[in-house]
Amino acid sequence: MRAPLSWLHEYVQGVPVATGRDVAAALVRVGLEEEDLHGGDITGPLVVGRVLTFVDEPQKNGKTIRWCHLDVGPNGQRVTEGTPQTVVCGAVNFAVDDLVVVVLPGAVLPGGIPIGARKTYGHISNGMICSAAELGIAHEGTDASEGIIVLQSLLGEADAARLTPGDDAIELLGLAEEVVEVTVTPDRGYCLSMRGMAREYAHATGGTFRDPAAIVSAAANASGFGVKLADEAPLSDRSGCDRYVARVVRGVSASAVSPPWMARRLTQMGMRPISLAVDVTNYVMLLLGQPLHAFDAQTLKGPIVVRRARAGETLKTLDDVERTLLRQDLLITDGGTAVLAIAGVMGGATSEVGPSTTDVLIEAAHFDPTSVARSSRRHKLTTEASRRFERGVDPDVTAQAAQLAADLLVQFGGGVADEGVTDVDHRRPRARIDLDAHLPARLIGLPYTPQEVIATLREIGCDVAQLPESGSASGSQTGSMALSVLPPSWRPDLGNGPDFAEEVVRLRGYDQIPSVLPQASSGRGRTHSQRVRKVLANTLAQQGFVEVLTYPFVSARSHDDLGLEPADPRRRAVRIANPLSDEAPLMRTSVLSTMVEALRRNVSRGSRDAAVFELGLVTRPGGELKAAPVPGTETRPDEQTLRQIRAAVPSQPRRVAFALTGDADPAGWWGPGRPADWTDVVGAARAVAAALAVELVVTADVHAPWHPGRCTRLALADGTLVGHAGELHPKVVAALGLPLRTCAGELDVDVIAAASDVRVQARDLSTYPVAQSDVALVVDEQVGASALESALRQGAGEMLESVWLMDIYRGDQVGPGRKSLAYRLVFRAPQRTLTTKEVNGLRDQAIAAASAAVGAVQRGA
Amino acid sequence: MSGPNKSYDPVEVAVLQAAALEAAVGEALKAFVAADSLESLKTARLAHQGDASPLSLANREIGALPPSAKADAGKRVGKARGQVARALAVRRGELEVERDARLLVEETVDVTAPVARRRLGARHPLELVSERIGDIFVAMGWEIAEGPEVESEWFNFDALNLGADHPARQMQDTFFVDPPDAGLVLRTHTSPVQVRSLLERPLPLYIVCPGKVFRTDELDATHSAVFHQVEGLAVAEGLTMAHLRGTLDHFVEALFGAGLQTRLRPSYFPFTEPSAELDFRCFICGGSDDGCRTCGGTGWIEWGGCGMVNRNVFQACGIDPDRYTGFAFGMGIERALMLRHGVKDMREIFEGDVRFSAQFGMEI
Repeated sequence: MRAPLSWLHEYVQGVPVATGRDVAAALVRVGLEEEDLHGGDITGPLVVGRVLTFVDEPQKNGKTIRWCHLDVGPNGQRVTEGTPQTVVCGAVNFAVDDLVVVVLPGAVLPGGIPIGARKTYGHISNGMICSAAELGIAHEGTDASEGIIVLQSLLGEADAARLTPGDDAIELLGLAEEVVEVTVTPDRGYCLSMRGMAREYAHATGGTFRDPAAIVSAAANASGFGVKLADEAPLSDRSGCDRYVARVVRGVSASAVSPPWMARRLTQMGMRPISLAVDVTNYVMLLLGQPLHAFDAQTLKGPIVVRRARAGETLKTLDDVERTLLRQDLLITDGGTAVLAIAGVMGGATSEVGPSTTDVLIEAAHFDPTSVARSSRRHKLTTEASRRFERGVDPDVTAQAAQLAADLLVQFGGGVADEGVTDVDHRRPRARIDLDAHLPARLIGLPYTPQEVIATLREIGCDVAQLPESGSASGSQTGSMALSVLPPSWRPDLGNGPDFAEEVVRLRGYDQIPSVLPQASSGRGRTHSQRVRKVLANTLAQQGFVEVLTYPFVSARSHDDLGLEPADPRRRAVRIANPLSDEAPLMRTSVLSTMVEALRRNVSRGSRDAAVFELGLVTRPGGELKAAPVPGTETRPDEQTLRQIRAAVPSQPRRVAFALTGDADPAGWWGPGRPADWTDVVGAARAVAAALAVELVVTADVHAPWHPGRCTRLALADGTLVGHAGELHPKVVAALGLPLRTCAGELDVDVIAAASDVRVQARDLSTYPVAQSDVALVVDEQVGASALESALRQGAGEMLESVWLMDIYRGDQVGPGRKSLAYRLVFRAPQRTLTTKEVNGLRDQAIAAASAAVGAVQRGA
Repeated sequence: MSGPNKSYDPVEVAVLQAAALEAAVGEALKAFVAADSLESLKTARLAHQGDASPLSLANREIGALPPSAKADAGKRVGKARGQVARALAVRRGELEVERDARLLVEETVDVTAPVARRRLGARHPLELVSERIGDIFVAMGWEIAEGPEVESEWFNFDALNLGADHPARQMQDTFFVDPPDAGLVLRTHTSPVQVRSLLERPLPLYIVCPGKVFRTDELDATHSAVFHQVEGLAVAEGLTMAHLRGTLDHFVEALFGAGLQTRLRPSYFPFTEPSAELDFRCFICGGSDDGCRTCGGTGWIEWGGCGMVNRNVFQACGIDPDRYTGFAFGMGIERALMLRHGVKDMREIFEGDVRFSAQFGMEI
């Protein structure tokens, strides 16, 4: 919402002239955030010029430039050389004798652009003919091709005829004027008008507010244009229209032009002057906040009937779009049949005022905000009118707005206002609201006295009465004083204690609020799961992986790329109805599916040796999504409803994925690098488990998207699945555009966190000497090392402190289909030194167990 | 070697003569001094102290002498051998010192050669900032509450006083889950975690809710459809807007530095009343640079929205709004990262380039 400073000062007295910056700062203090500052940034000379002659000169680059001679009065070359001003112009939308706006050397245009004489296209151009955009007065709907300003069009022939070449154009177009633009929050609809802006400016500065709505309006009578309010389907018991004022002005001259001051106000507000009738409705709306609509009265049969739409009805709105109306749309109709407008949103093309209109029906009405909002949303039609109705228009200015519009049409259009005045008023009386005068102090933390509260509420227009104290005489001692407050008609947003408290602190200054640190009850710190996540992430980082964050959206194709079986539960995903990209409408069911994109991007950017990890949620819907109930909010829903709401939310487990490609250990002057392989990802998983003191059981598995011969299943000791890790399937790396031999893993963080939530019980540490025994065992190729190791441990018993796989040998010495695994067994007893005989005995036990379990044979035996 | 009780042999006894002994000692000492390394000293030792050396030979001759001559010879030979042994020890000592010193020089390597034998990983700076923010509040006794990203509409909108007609519930702002009547959305803020907490946790309550949120914005330098917020909620008896201000002032100081002026100004949110926005003084220009890129020349940096919890929210959660008051606040973590660390383009946060995260180390 814009506010030209001069217009603002018309309605706020007793405030010294201020700059746009100062006004903006004052408005911020009361809650209107500065969005922009316009105007005031031009210095002249900027003058009216008449086009004398021009020559069109096509250029080699295909453009045509116009070499112009202009009469700029006693300025420029007329003064220095006695000749007309010579200027090169790139636009061609003007003719000889047109009055244009000329900027002369020495001037500065908005944006700090200095103007000087320039050699261009073979001429010396002494200045410029200006477009609206260059002067910062381009309005909504202007596009660049409209080119330069022709004053006869902008101001009309009559007004343009009064101009003389050389007249100051800054003054003429109000360009010296600053205009503040602010953001109006949805709860302050009244600020979408100069009336509201001025009121707030007065609050902010202590100035005196002069109400532009203080207009005497003609009383309603029986001879007004017929209007019937017939909303047969009110929303939530609120009538779609509870007040409708109609005024008619007849005999408006077709050639009437809006006065320059009105055109200027409209332009400053970012709107385009169109015709007197339309301009008047816009002007009054901008001033008072009451949207008006003007009908061509001669196209109407009457009466106006305001009703809901019927099935099948359509309307061609005045933006030339044919719209199908829905039953909830509130309509303005002619006699109950022909549709004239979607109430409060936009009028129809057939009853619109046009060049041949002489009789104008002015509609000033009060429409239900929700009804207008829904129609606006349904038809994707947001207008200046609908914005205001949605946020609440003051139903007390309806008649005054219509009066002002009628007066302006009479004054500038030469028409006569009908004696008939229609005012169908079905408004219900507004309720008073109880307020404890001590509430603002309690809520804000500043010691506002009841008197201060009452004064502030009265200042914003409330009627405040103190209620007699109930029974106990100690009302004020217990810290409560009952007030009864009637908010002003333009403040539908004020409904309860906190709303009033906000007004009190807003006007008295948010900057007064002190800074007090609350004393929290002692918390329990981070949860176990939160601490686990930090350790997990830091462990992976220390293992050499770099943390990334990716969007959790995937395409159905990604499931195919990962080689998932048709029945794989990971294919069951939640779909987004309005995704960012139709290419990726599903929520990821694994972190890996989106993280690989980051890996691929690193490789393509030149980081061939890349290792990444990501912690995040995945969405795993169990089955069909159950509709979640949407209960009311007047009270807390019952436990069953809450359970249903929670149950309707799909399961979202937390996962960590990690992947690497290229060299795991870099090559350098110290020696060769080591390419990444499955040991890196399994090692990372083991490191994470070790960091959290969780035992991880590693077995071979076949699971997409991994290479079936290089995939591990990682589980807890009790078999609970933790995740998988290994080298990716070659078809998968090809489909994902990753380098060969990329390795990856994904673990369930919730499972690991739960498993680690156990206190480690320390084992006794023996300091007696160790005894080491090396043994090489030959087994069949398909025997897993972990199975062999388990057998060794089981056979050796508690004295076996550790088992370490030192070597894996395949070759002639063991024959085909066989391998030899060499282990270092380390024995230590808790309370004594083991004898050689004992150690050998234990070693033999281990070997025997291995033999029995997996058919291991000592190498060389 | 002569055996016992052999007839007297003048040649062999010659080695025991004083002159011979003296000569042998002199040779040994000369040889030791001449040895320039431990290896050559070893050679000299063998020659002059070894089994075949003159003094060793002489020593073995003592046994053949008649008993009356043994004591004297023994004393003379012992003295000579002692001299040699001492000289050897001294020389060995000198040579060892020399060797040790030389080794230290020879073992010098170019330690400025870059060392990177193991790959270095990194944490994502956004997560580090999030952890840091969590630390600030945990230090004050607050707890960290979390919730799902795919969320029910009731938690995300209704319970927060965003009614069915609120513009934010349209598809132009919010991601809806298919089918639309499932009543599920991608949460647009972490406020639903506040609702869940009000329903589940006992009062008084002091929590922060960090997490991923979703809006239908295109990804560009300053916007992303997926970003991170941290919201806070405190509900207790007697909390006021002054406590809100105190908490935010403390937070701004902890994250951006001490001595930064803050400004609270009126605003509007459906779930708070009164509502406010907090700005803090630009820590780059302090308000003195009209062209400052960080604050856009206004001198103020927008931190985020806040306010006192709206009564309707308490109502929906079954909390007595006349007994309890609360305040809530929210801010974007990406914004904090970009402001605090000069990240200029939001896309860098989500593209996963390892060079981005690697800049920040493990603590922010």
